Amino acid sequence: MQRIGVFVCWCGSNIAGTVDVQAVSDALKNEPGVVFSTNYQYMCSQAGQDMIIQAVKEHNLTGIVVCSCSPRMHEATFRRTAQAAGLNPYMVEIANIREQCSWVHKDIPIGTEKAIILGKAAVAKVNLNTPLTPGESPVTKRALVIGGGIAGIQTALDIADAGFPVDIVEKKPTIGGKMAQLDKTFPTLDCAACILTPKMVDVAQNGKIRIFSYSEVTDVKGFVGNFDVTIKKNARYVKEDICTGCGACVEKCPMKKVPNEFNLGMDNRSAIYIPFAQAVPKVATIDPNACNMLKNGKCGLCARVCAAGAIDYTQKDEYIEEKYGAIVVATGFNPISMDKFDEFAYNQSKDVITSLEFERLTNAAGPTAGKLLRPSDGKHPHTIVFVQCVGSRCDACAEKGKEYCSKICCMYTAKHAMLTRDKYPDTDVYVFYIDVRTPGKNFDEFYRRAVEEYGVHYVKGMVGKVVPEGDKLKVQASDLLSNKQLHIDADLVVLAAAIEPDKSARPLATMLTASMDTNDFFTEAHPKLRPVESPTAGVFLSGACQGPKDIPETVSQAGAAASKVIGLLAKDKLTGNPCIAHSNELMCNGCSSCERVCPYGAITYEDKEFRMPDRTTLVRRIAVVNPAVCQGCGACTVACPSGAMDLHGFASGQIMAEVDAICK
Amino acid sequence: MQMNEYKPLIVAFCCNWCSYAGADLAGNNRLNYPADVKIIRVPCSCRVNPMFILRAFQRGADGVIICGCHPGDCHYTSGNYYTRRRMAMLFSMLDYLGIEKERTRVEWVSAAEGAKFAATMNDFAEKVAALGENKRLEDLRCKR
Repeated sequence: MQRIGVFVCWCGSNIAGTVDVQAVSDALKNEPGVVFSTNYQYMCSQAGQDMIIQAVKEHNLTGIVVCSCSPRMHEATFRRTAQAAGLNPYMVEIANIREQCSWVHKDIPIGTEKAIILGKAAVAKVNLNTPLTPGESPVTKRALVIGGGIAGIQTALDIADAGFPVDIVEKKPTIGGKMAQLDKTFPTLDCAACILTPKMVDVAQNGKIRIFSYSEVTDVKGFVGNFDVTIKKNARYVKEDICTGCGACVEKCPMKKVPNEFNLGMDNRSAIYIPFAQAVPKVATIDPNACNMLKNGKCGLCARVCAAGAIDYTQKDEYIEEKYGAIVVATGFNPISMDKFDEFAYNQSKDVITSLEFERLTNAAGPTAGKLLRPSDGKHPHTIVFVQCVGSRCDACAEKGKEYCSKICCMYTAKHAMLTRDKYPDTDVYVFYIDVRTPGKNFDEFYRRAVEEYGVHYVKGMVGKVVPEGDKLKVQASDLLSNKQLHIDADLVVLAAAIEPDKSARPLATMLTASMDTNDFFTEAHPKLRPVESPTAGVFLSGACQGPKDIPETVSQAGAAASKVIGLLAKDKLTGNPCIAHSNELMCNGCSSCERVCPYGAITYEDKEFRMPDRTTLVRRIAVVNPAVCQGCGACTVACPSGAMDLHGFASGQIMAEVDAICK
Repeated sequence: MQMNEYKPLIVAFCCNWCSYAGADLAGNNRLNYPADVKIIRVPCSCRVNPMFILRAFQRGADGVIICGCHPGDCHYTSGNYYTRRRMAMLFSMLDYLGIEKERTRVEWVSAAEGAKFAATMNDFAEKVAALGENKRLEDLRCKR
């Protein structure tokens, strides 16, 4: 039997004004378990807390009920008080008689009556409270960043800067991501390579950072502070530590007709290749689908010209197992496929391109060395039509595109239009838009410069059809503001394709038990207050894997994710929330109902031996809750058909007791 | 006259992160709602076992309302989706047993919606009061 002390707070006149506090403390005196009951002006004050400590000692109290303000306000305060008095902090319950009673009920008898009932419910609950101790788990002081784009690079640099080792896993042969493919960046028009490549070099030279390029994460086990990750290093048939990146092999390789994915297939590369000049690590990779030596054993030229002897045709995929304390997801985005958008003739004409292809066309390191030339005939285009929202904000065409706004297209289209007019003033540039969205520092000024200074023709309306005719592209569109149909003979059409999360994100989310929204973007733990954390403890989000983002936003989110990781890795031990689920192994029948509803993957199963009365042993499958992963939502307690699952702090018996006390 | 004196007994289960905070906000803003509403704090609306609701009705509650975070905003990601489905099932079964649909409700109240909390409770209490005392599930062994 508990020995409970009830402490009714006046809160000045906040409670005492509409609740007869004396009547409340008197009424609760007769409740089962209550041995002491009093009231005081300010329970949260030092004098009030001392009073509680005094009473605990004098009356040998085992539980405390404070009738006061909301537990959201002072629960932590009174738990500390209990601890100071030598009690377990979780032996405290608060009856909320201020926010949920005295402040909302003006009538004193009614308020007093309700306060007594709320107090009774709290007493009933404390009677069933048990001392709880938060679990502790050690932290592996190493972080994993999945994705080596600008988001992953920034996160890794910031974590390494704080002194913690970081590994970057990148599935491409080089880090750099989408930003490495860009030409200029809005709204300041810095060249993307000039600001990105020094960061890539920083990563390569940082002693705390390891880069696993051409690698993937294939398995994740464990929980916050203690992840066991398997990384698959794909065979690149070149010894990374020996290759100097001289490029002799690339030059001599006879197989030169492989579409170059870095330039989005607009030119070709050789079978052994270095994606681009500033690649990090600057190491050659052999494409096994193109290399004659790997396909039929006939060639071997690269091995002969390699002075360092780095070529190894027998290399195999390698699996590396590593432990991490925190995982940052930075898997980024891709433009959606244009295959379903037949109306824009993307697959019929080479001169209909996406904006990312346009970036490569205008990039000095791109297929045309930075000259804006039509992919079909290499001529200079004189009329260019940009089409915005291709696949974005597609309410009616959800099977083709995306319902959301891709956010970055308005700005990069303004940038493309502006740069085109700047370099080639003889070019007519049209931009078709639904809305121009420019929320960002200096963004609207940038867009207005494109219109006012550079004379870009912005037309509100969508392009209905693009028809290739001769060497022209007939663009049919409507101008909504003047309500006219437009027919433009364009030389080049640029589609601002919607962006979507990378395809690798979905299987990764399954491995991490991190949640995703319907568009496969990772969801954050709280949309406003915890924007860089996944609801799964120890998993953090950086960049466009969480939603469409431009570079400044990505970098700031990357830094924020890094600071959260640093905060986690700086701890030697993790203290959990003790109000978590636990399974009664005698009642559990291992049915998996709880595992299916757990949003955190906190429940696993193990076979346990039970000794039967007749001295035989029985092996049964039972649920085990991982205290480091469980967040204490209680979904499993309701799903459990046998009633084996219960939640510490909010046990079924406790809530039932509260219901009974209220309904008496 | 008899009707006017009748006070319904309403049990409200509020999730700790949204609705309980919304109830606190209603208090901060001094928004009145009937004292018949007694709130029980749960970590998430998905912690509310249908047993708790049956128990409340068995012990003489006239109405039970469950408040949680808005869909998509659940602190635990998906808890309120479970609530929505479970309660849809339970409430239709209760309706079949003679506990009117007006006596049970699931409502989404965010931590910023103090006014919505008070309005919801006013409306719910009024609807329940209009139905009068609930006797269908009351355990005859328990004296009210």
